[in-house]
This record gives sequence, structure tokens and C-alpha cells, in this order.
Amino acid sequence: MENVTLILQDGTEFHGKSFGYDKTVAGEVVFNTAMMGYPESLTDPSYAGQIVVLTFPLVGNYGVPAFSFEDNGIPTFMESDKIHAVALIVSDYSESYSHWNAKESLSDWLKREKVPGITGIDTRELTKVLREHGVMMGKIVFDNQPGNIPEAEYEGVNFVEEVSCKEIIRYAAANVTEHNEAKTAVLVDCGVKANIIRCLINRGVNVIRVPWNYDFTDMEFDGLFLANGPGDPDMCVEAVENIRKFMECEREKSDSAVRPIMGICMGNQLLAKAAGATVYKLKYGHRSHNQPVRMVGTETCFVTSQNHGYAVDSKTLGSDWEPFFVNMNDGSNEGIRHKKYPWFSAQFHPEACSGPVDAEFLFDRFVELL
Amino acid sequence: MVDKDIKKVLLLGSGALKIGEAGEFDYSGSQALKALREEGVKTVLINPNIATVQTSEGVADQIYFLPVQPYFVERVIEKERPDGILLAFGGQTALNCGVELYKNGVLEKYNVRVLGTPVQAIIDTEDRELFVKKLDEINVKTIKSQACDNIEDARKAASELGYPVIIRAAYALGGLGSGFCDNEEELNTLAEKAFSFSPQVLVEKSLKGWKEIEYEVVRDRYNNCITVCNMENFDPLGIHTGESIVIAPSQTLTNSEYHKLRALAIKIIRHIGIVGECNVQYAFDPQSEDYRVIEVNARLSRSSALASKATGYPLAFVAAKLGMGYGLFELKNSVTKTTSAFFEPALDYVVCKIPRWDLSKFRGVNKELGSSMKSVGEVMAIGRNFEEAIQKGLRMIGQSMHGFVENKELEVADVETALKEPTDKRIFVIAKAMQRKIYNVEQIHEITKIDRWFLEKLQHIVDIDTQLRNCTSVNVLDKELVLTAKVYGFTDFQIARAVGLEKEMGNMHKALLTVRALRKSYNILPVVKQIDTLAAEYPAHTNYLYMTYSGTGSTAKPAHDIKFEKDNKTVIVLGSGAYRIGSSVEFDWCGVQALNTIRKSGYRSVMINYNPETVSTDYDMCDRLYFDELTFERVMDIIELESPHGVVVSTGGQIPNNLAMKLDKENVPILGTSAKDIDNCEDRAQFSSMLSRIGVDQPEWSALTSMDDINDFIDRVGFPVLVRPSYVLSGAAMNVCSNREELERFLQLAANVSAEHPVVVSKFIEHAKEIDFDGVAKDGEIIAYAISEHVEFAGVHSGDATLQFPPQKLYVETMRRIKRITKQIARELHISGPFNCQYMAKDNDILVIETNLRASRSFPFVSKVLKLNFIDLATKVMLNVPFDMPDKNLFDLDYVGIKSSQFSFNRLQGSDPVLGVDMASTGEVGCIGDDTSCALLKAMLSVGHRIPKKTVLLSTGATKQKAEMLDAAHELIKNGYVLYATGGTHRFLCENGVENVEVFWPSDEGKYPQALEMLHEKKIDMVVNIPKNHTARELDNGYKIRRAAIDLNIPLITNSRLASAFIHAFCTMPIENIAIKSWSEYK
Repeated sequence: MENVTLILQDGTEFHGKSFGYDKTVAGEVVFNTAMMGYPESLTDPSYAGQIVVLTFPLVGNYGVPAFSFEDNGIPTFMESDKIHAVALIVSDYSESYSHWNAKESLSDWLKREKVPGITGIDTRELTKVLREHGVMMGKIVFDNQPGNIPEAEYEGVNFVEEVSCKEIIRYAAANVTEHNEAKTAVLVDCGVKANIIRCLINRGVNVIRVPWNYDFTDMEFDGLFLANGPGDPDMCVEAVENIRKFMECEREKSDSAVRPIMGICMGNQLLAKAAGATVYKLKYGHRSHNQPVRMVGTETCFVTSQNHGYAVDSKTLGSDWEPFFVNMNDGSNEGIRHKKYPWFSAQFHPEACSGPVDAEFLFDRFVELL
Repeated sequence: MVDKDIKKVLLLGSGALKIGEAGEFDYSGSQALKALREEGVKTVLINPNIATVQTSEGVADQIYFLPVQPYFVERVIEKERPDGILLAFGGQTALNCGVELYKNGVLEKYNVRVLGTPVQAIIDTEDRELFVKKLDEINVKTIKSQACDNIEDARKAASELGYPVIIRAAYALGGLGSGFCDNEEELNTLAEKAFSFSPQVLVEKSLKGWKEIEYEVVRDRYNNCITVCNMENFDPLGIHTGESIVIAPSQTLTNSEYHKLRALAIKIIRHIGIVGECNVQYAFDPQSEDYRVIEVNARLSRSSALASKATGYPLAFVAAKLGMGYGLFELKNSVTKTTSAFFEPALDYVVCKIPRWDLSKFRGVNKELGSSMKSVGEVMAIGRNFEEAIQKGLRMIGQSMHGFVENKELEVADVETALKEPTDKRIFVIAKAMQRKIYNVEQIHEITKIDRWFLEKLQHIVDIDTQLRNCTSVNVLDKELVLTAKVYGFTDFQIARAVGLEKEMGNMHKALLTVRALRKSYNILPVVKQIDTLAAEYPAHTNYLYMTYSGTGSTAKPAHDIKFEKDNKTVIVLGSGAYRIGSSVEFDWCGVQALNTIRKSGYRSVMINYNPETVSTDYDMCDRLYFDELTFERVMDIIELESPHGVVVSTGGQIPNNLAMKLDKENVPILGTSAKDIDNCEDRAQFSSMLSRIGVDQPEWSALTSMDDINDFIDRVGFPVLVRPSYVLSGAAMNVCSNREELERFLQLAANVSAEHPVVVSKFIEHAKEIDFDGVAKDGEIIAYAISEHVEFAGVHSGDATLQFPPQKLYVETMRRIKRITKQIARELHISGPFNCQYMAKDNDILVIETNLRASRSFPFVSKVLKLNFIDLATKVMLNVPFDMPDKNLFDLDYVGIKSSQFSFNRLQGSDPVLGVDMASTGEVGCIGDDTSCALLKAMLSVGHRIPKKTVLLSTGATKQKAEMLDAAHELIKNGYVLYATGGTHRFLCENGVENVEVFWPSDEGKYPQALEMLHEKKIDMVVNIPKNHTARELDNGYKIRRAAIDLNIPLITNSRLASAFIHAFCTMPIENIAIKSWSEYK
């Protein structure tokens, strides 16, 4: 294994060994405290442009399942059609894996997809550095190629554009019965995770997945779904405009005819922006499986899966809107809802994958409203 | 919100430590009491376990040292009138007692509310049929068996369940006619056989080789749920989870599997209606996502204590708060203090629990592990990789192992069998198989079904070891390899041995010091990391720490999570390690008391310990907790970082005591009695010459170097003799030998135990009284003491004996002489701190058995009976801070304390339940009464004895014991008991005019009534069976009777003195006359 060094923006260096593809890369270094789910995380488009640090030290234990696709084009086990993270950093890579459903090792997969992986790093110390400094850029360089220093930008790059589908994709509803006619949702793809689509079609909804900046307002559908995605929501101006346009149209209608909107993660931020609120970058981004959120005004709480560096500033919400969920650790916004219309969103990931599935009921709620 | 109507709460403890119910309930009860006190609620505790932290002053408002049994609990309720009761914090004992109080209407009668999980939910999880039905309601799969009346039905059932299946013949004992079937052909054969035993056959899905996974789940009354931790067993299904090596979090589950089981656990807990904490155990198919729920424990458990320690999430504390009506969202994470208690800990380390067995202490015990628990304690090791954690853990269990490799090679008759039929040694059999290349990972997996992932990690350790062994000398050890070895959990000693340094230098300690110096010169040093529940996501000011070598490689400074003050204000207390026979909760109490006093005296208290069942490893109890090893190497690592004012080695039993000399050589400031004096006391020859010098007697003894020496010695003193190695605790490998043959056989075993210290043979004195002297001295002057008298004569290990304090039957002259001798010893050894002396007295002749310059097992007992905290006093002495000289009148008590031992023979299938010089008890209780009978009755009932209703079976051993029992026999007759007696005893009783019925030994075939049959027919309420001498004999008549009594749950006493005292107590004091008095009422 090649000796590699991670050089952070502030000059801190961490030394480790390469177990993935041998390539120098640069990206925003973020940590995730989830204890399992590396195949799902690596293929989560929200990680585009980022070097992912896993705080749980043992990684690769159960290998990687087959990268197969269902007939409808949705990957069987993964969250998109490729690894989106720029690189993976772990403390103790398991060279041997053991699982009935594994088809290859994590190392082989990373090599196949040309993604670097580093092991032997004190990821706790690295996490503390990132925590205190806030997320920062990092470069992975190979000790035997001292002159080969990669460059990359994170701020100002439109990662949504990079990961969104380029044309409309349709998915037929599954589990449809004769008595139960399928409804249709438009899904704005800012970097959607496959499990969001699975959660919708498994509930008998046809999904029309449109590129992030596509003007869907003239299409025929029963509800609007705003998906997750990477990077800075302020880059997604066109998407916000389309949502705003859709909301304006709906406001013209009688209350009962207003079509529902649900958003997840970046979808929450875009919906909030369309509603006039602003977003800001968190000092400590939420990237874990154990984020506690409380449904505002209730005694009901959920453990949620999260992956975001930006948050909605609740104070800037228009008077028609209110916070739906709040983070119980730092009080940041975890979702918004309209006071009158069936429009709501969550900053966390009710579709999980990876992470706890406690908030999946939000999909049920959306589907009931269609 | 908190329920304001609850002003007084009764908490039930778990009683004496026993196999399956140990120190974890002291921890959970203590946490619950702390949570209640914080709310201003008055607390009442019933727990006869006097050695616990929870029964210490200031933990509960009122403490009753009474049996946790419905009768006594009702009487306490009647007296105290609590508003609420907590049943979930005292193990199965408290739960069963609570359910009974609920069923018989006591709780309703006195209007006592059960806080937390409702009793109906408890019943639903405890009753197998109700449980299966309950989970069927929500379509959750459980393990079910189908009853079939013919082969056709059996075939149908098997194909429905899916092969492989287990079939069992119903109503057949001992697994007759049961077995595994992989296909229909095998089923046909086996079912036919089974139907020949029984008209009904049970068909059950075989889950052999499935993974065993556990989740700890919390729910509040608002229906909010979290899972705090999941755990995976290293050993697949078939071995009790208490007997398994356990890893947290799970290592071989994918995201989908983990969250599938997590979601199920939450679904189950909601449906059952738990409020508080419970655990859900699963069997999980290694080839699919199929699962079965094994069981749900609707209470705090051993696993929940482990999960609390593994994650830093205080489950018992939170469960108590939830019982008081709080929602999880209203509570804070007690580690970060700022984030919410409604969250799931993220670990950035791995935890490994390893059970500690003491099977070698029992004669005749079946060593195979299975579905019932046999281990007496456990350890938890923390590492940044699996190899590090398991190697730490294997050292921590304290059975002379240095890790996974570089141990003395195990002798195994047949490796395959030893792998297939697991015993307490299986992990080392795996090591042997790998190292000797007998089997590869795949083959070991096939035989054991242990997941390949774990085996590959173990193979990795062996591979590193091979690389080390390839280094022919320490001089060719390169830095990279040393670092790799350290990262994966090798000690300096393992490295030294692997490169041949131990042999080269001829001394293990010197060899490891050489490697230590080498790696320090390479700048390979461990770092201190925090357990912060959030994997460093948020800043945390936690003092819960461990050490690892996976903390190097950054340009940032050494990656310690904490700063070291080096202000000479730190005092380190060394803990007592794994609970085992001879060292358990009593030393935890001592450690916690020392920490308290250190804090109060203005010092920073630091604890090093690794036992997850303890209160001393609760990070709230000290300023800094190192959850790490008590090896010389690790203790030195910590001392070098902390630069302490001093180290306390005298409150943690033998482990810290044994480190004293080595630490002293490194110039570590040892507080209290000097290391040199400790050594003078531990070393038998030096101790003995000191005694001769001051004119104090001890039983004649000789250090053994050859058989000739021994023969000469025995020719002089005669049999019986006591044989033991030096540096022992609880009499490991100690035995009484009555003849030459026994002696020779035993010496072979004992000599294997310790090569560094000679084996000692001493004259064994029969029918002598044994006396314990616990004391605290300062600069050689005794400032406090307690003399306790054994009820049994010498020959019963002091850890098994029944102690009476203050003594009731000692001559004043004996007392005076003992005090005088102890004063001399204290002065000679310059004792400063706690100590204990054991004496034998025959007439007024006093002989010294041994002296320990540390706190003893009986410290909490005498401290609590006397209401003078010996450890507090001793710690003040060691810190050299002012203390109040105890008043002399204090030692004059108007009441009596009795300490009785708890045995766990019922768990140790096959073991001979007889007492000897080797300690066998797993726990103890201490009860107080206005007189001996009252205290003894409480204590005996607390350890599981029952007052016989009508019948007693007597076999009273040799003539001397027969005579001793005569008065008791008369008393029984006078009180209307029917006596049964075996041959000799029958004749003796008849000769002495005691009416009795003769019963026959198992060897008297064809003669009736047969003793064994009477036991099986439950015609006997109590058995007194006294072995004729101290010799171990297996499978004889006496053994069969004793074993049957244990297996049939009939109270058994094997000592004539104790039997007489107990019989006298229950014949003279009816249970209703036992005063229900709290500890504070004895003045």
C-alpha cells in the first residue's frame, strides 16, 4: 500500500496508506459519524465534491454488494449509479470482508471506480480538527509523488448541475392495485438518492424525475417532490424560481385543489428559499445517523439520518410558514411547513439509506395528500 | 413532565452476587437512586448485599438489609408507605418479587405505583406463551416449536419451518431422542426414534450457527424510542450471551440489516409498552436477512450495564427518570451536558466484552459452554480496532494470558473437538489452531460457525506475531513493525517474548522493560481518547477515557483528547478488575470510597479499571476514569502522563497489590504502606521470619522444593496438611491433603500455577476457630479495627465462611491476645492504611494464618455494621490529611452483623457443592439483627435458604460433627420436624434418643426408602450433608445427595457449625418476630 498524506487547508497533515485507487485528489473534507452504511454513503450524490471521513474506525467489514440495477433502472443496493464522494478516509480498513451479499471488497470497488481510499488515519483527531476549524478543503497526495498536488474548489461550484439527471426519467408505480389508481409526482432531481424514488414508487406513486432546473410547472402531476442534493443551495436559483412559480399557481386555486409539496434536505432549503427564507452554512454540519429532531409543538421526537452543511434560518421564514421540525442538539431548523397548504419539508432524510427509518411516515403523509 | 405525586420510592436490589446476577445491578440501582435523589424524592432500598455501593451511606435515604422476598418487602412497604416502586433495577430477583407483590395484591393494598414499565408488560415478556402471542400480534417472528403426534405431521412441520430443524421428544428428560435434521431423510430416522421415547415430538427450526444480536432500547411515556447500542456475539447462537465474547457495535451487519433489527426492536418495545429500558435479543441468519426474536428483558440487565459503559449513555439513570414521568426530550446527554438525551450514541471505537470463568475452582463441573451461564464476571476492552480490543480483553480476564498470542501453549487433546464443543478456553484453542496451522480461517469457520470476519482479524494478530517471531533479536525490530504490533494490541511483553527476549534475559519483567525503552526511543506512545457518545461531532468535557496506539500519524501534537495538569494534585486509584471468585463487589466499594475521600480532600481522583459491572467505572464517580488495563505497562503509561501525587494500591484487592513492587522500582509514589513492607508481608518466608522475630506463632510450614523435603516435613507434623502457592487470592489451587497419594497428585497441579513463587505446605489444624481482623493503621499504630469470628471452624475458606461481627463466642483472653499480636504486626510492617489479618484460635492459642496489607473482602461489612468507614479513614491516612480518631466506645455494639455467602452451584452443573479451603462462593450478604439468631436468619434467607416446613435429611459426617449436630437434632424434634438420616447418622441419633427414619444411600441399591428418591419426590425440605473429611471425592454417595439437593432446589448445608446455628435460629425465632428495622435504626 502506498503511503499517502492528507493535507488540510490549515496545513495540518495526516499520514496513512492508500487502499483505494492511487490518485491525487482534492475536495471539501467532511466527517460522518455513522457506524455503518458505507456503500450507501459513497453513492449518495450529496457527497459530490467531498472527501468523506468516517469516524467509525472499522470499515469494509461486510464488503460491497453487487452494483446491479432493477428493471426500472434503480440500483438494487446503492443510492445512485456511481460513487460520488471524491475520496474515503478511514482509520482501520478491513482487508477481509465477510457477508453473504458481498460481491467484492471495498478496496476493489474504490479501485474500479477510481476513487482513492486512505486507511491508518486517526480519524477522531481529524474530526476534532474539522470540528474546530469548520469544514475545510483537503488534498490527498502520494508520498512518492511530492510534486503532484491536486487543486479543487468547493465553494462556488454547482455540484447539483453535476449530479442531476440531464433529461426526464419516468418510474412506474409499484404495488398498484385495481382499486388504487396510481398518482404522479414530479421529483426535482438535485442529486436524488435512489431510496427516495423507491419510497415513492413502493407507495404506488408514478415518479417523473426532472433535471434540477427543469420548468415542470406545465406538466401534469399530483404533487411535487424536492429531492436532496450536494453543495450550496444558493447555487440553485432556477430550481427555487420554478418552485416559487408552482406555489404561485397553486395559491390561485381553491384550498382543496392545492397540490402537495414535500422536500428533503436540499429540498427543504429550496422550499424555504422559495418561501422567502435564507440559508446559512452551519459551523458543525450534520452528518450522522443519530440526529435528534422534535416535531415542533409536540412531544414527538425522531432519530434521523442527516447529511448537510447548510441550514434554513427559521427566523427568516415568511408569516405563512412555520418550523416543522427542530434539531434537539443545536436548535437548528429541521423542516418547515406551510400553515395552510399541504407543503412541508424535512432537513433530515426520512428515506434513510443509510440510517434509521423512524421518519419514513413522512412519505405516507405525502402520498395521502396526493 | 415529572410526576409530582411521587414523593417516596422503594427500590428493590438484587441481593447477593450470583452467577447470572452480579455487580451490574449495583451499578444500575446506584444510578437509579442518584436519579431519584436529584428529583428530591425520598428513597428506600431493600438489598441485603452489604458490600454494594448502593447500600452505602448517602445513596438511599433508608436502607434495609433484608431478603428481597415478597414477605419482607411487604413488611417494609407497610412500614415505609412509599408512593412508588422500581422493579427494573434489581435483576430477575427484584422483577420476580415485584410481579408476585402485584399478583397477590400487595401493591394495590398499599397503593404503591409501579414506576416505569407496567407489570403486565413484564408478565408478557416473562411468560413464554404470552410473549409469543404478543409478538404474533405484530407479525414479529419468535422461536416456536410445533408439537406433532405422528411422523407425517413432523414431516409437514419440518417442511413448513424449513430445514435444518431440531426435533425433541416431548416429556423426555436430558435431551433423550433429540437432534438436528438437515433433510427429510434424517428427519424420518430421528423422528421414528423420538416417537419411541414419547408420544409427542416437538419440531423446531434449527438456528445453529445463526448470529446473535442484541439491541438496548429505551422508550418514554410519550412513545419516543431510541436504541442506545447494538451488540454482536462473537460466538454464534447456542452459547448463552453471558458466556459469549460480545462486540459493540455490531461488526458484520450491513446498514439494511442493522436498521431492520433496530426498527423491529422499536416496534416490539412500543407494542409491549415498556417505559424505561429493555433489551431485545435476536437470532439472525448469516445467509439472509431472516431473524427470530429470542427474548425481551423488560428490565435493566447485564447487557444494559455493558451498553452504558460501551457508549457512555447512562441507561439506568435515564430509565429511572423516565419512570418518574420525564420524556427523553426533557433530559440532557450526561456526557456532553448540552445535547439531548434523545439520541443514539455514535461510537468511534470498538468494545469487546469477555466473560471471566472460574470453572477450575469447582470439582466435577462440566466445562462445556451452552445455554446456561457459568461465568462469574466479565471485562470490557476498548480499542480503535478489533485486534487491539480483544487482545486487551484477553489480558484483562486475568487468567495469566498476555493477549491472543504469546501465551503458554494450551494443551488440547483434540483441537477439532475443543473447537466444536466450546469451553472457557475456546478462544485460545483458535489461537493454537491458527498458530500451529492446524486449521485455516475457513476450516475454523466451518467447525465453529464464528463469522469469518472475526477469525480473519484473529489471523491478522497471528500474522503480526509471525513477523515478530521472524525477528531473531530485539536489535532487528524496526520501528514500523513495533508500531503495527502496538496498534493491534500487542504488549511490550508479547513483543519481548516473540523476539526471544524473555528467554535471553531469563526474566519476563526485564524483557518487557527493554522493549518499553526501545519503543519509547522510537517515540511510539499510546494516546488518551475520550468516550464522548458523539464521535467528536460536538465538543465534550467528558472524563471517560481509554488508551490506544491508533492515535499517531498527524502533524498535530500527540493526539490526546485531554490535557494533563501535572500539578501534583492527582491521586490514582487502581481498581480490582474482573469479578471472580474471591474478588468482587466488595473491592469496588472500597475503590469508590477511596475516590470519594480523595475528591473531598481536594485531590483529583483518577480510577483505572475495566470491569463494566462496577460503580467505580461510572465516570461520575471520579474526576477521570481510565477504562483500561491494570497491567504494569498500562498503569505506567497512565502514571507517566498524569505524574500523580500518589497511587493507591490497597483498595482494589490482589491485582494492584501485586503491582506495588514493580511500580515502586520505577519510583512511582505509592500511598500508604510501602511497597517493601507489602513485599515483606506477601513473601511467606520473609513474613514468617518476621513472625518468629516478634514471637508470634503460625502453623508450621515449609516451602517446597523437592519431594524429599516434603516427606521429611510431613513425617514431623503429620497429616492433614494445607498446600498452596504464595501470592494467591481466594485460595487458587489451594488444597488440604489427608494422605501421601493426594498430596503428590495435588502438588503436580499446584506447582504448575506459579513458577516464580514456591509452593508451601503447612500443618492443617482441625477444629480451630478462625478470626478475621480488619484494621486501619497509621505509621504502624492501629487506629480502627474490627474483629470478626467465623461461625464455621477453620478449613472453610474465609470467603465462604459465615462471619459474625462483633464476635459472640470468643473468649475475652483470645480477643486480647489477637489485639496484642496485631499491634506488633502493624508496627513491624509500618502499616499505613488498610490491612487484614487472619488468625486461628484453639483454646487461647493464637496462630497467624496470613496478613494482607490492603483492604479485605470484609471491609464494607465491618464498616457498615460499625458505621465507621474504614476506607475513608484509611484513605485519609494515606493522603496524610487530618481525620477524627474513632471513639473507643464505638467498638461496643448492641447489635450483631452476620455475613453469609452466596453459592451458585445450581448454575455449575456437576460441581460438588461442598466447601473447603478453596473459595467457591460468588457473593455474599450482610444482615444486622438485635441478636445472632435474628441476623443469621435474615442472612441465610437472603442467600436462598428456606425454613424447612416439616422434614430434614441429616448425614452428619464424622463422629465429631455428629456430636456437634446433636443439640440441633433435638431442637428440630422439639419443634415438630420429622428427621430422616442415612446409616451412620441414623444409628448415632437413635443411640442418643433422637427419633428418626433411616434412609438409604444411592449405593444401597434395592433398599428403601432411598434418599435420592425422597429428594426427587420433594419429601425433604432441607438437607444437611456433612462430608467426612476435607478430601475431594467425586461421584460418591454424599456427592450424589448434595448434587441432587442443588439440582432440585432444596436448601443444603454442608457444615455442622453453620447447620446448628441456622437450626437454632429458626427453631427459636419465628419469621414474624424478625424486626423490620432499617440500617439507621440500629444505633
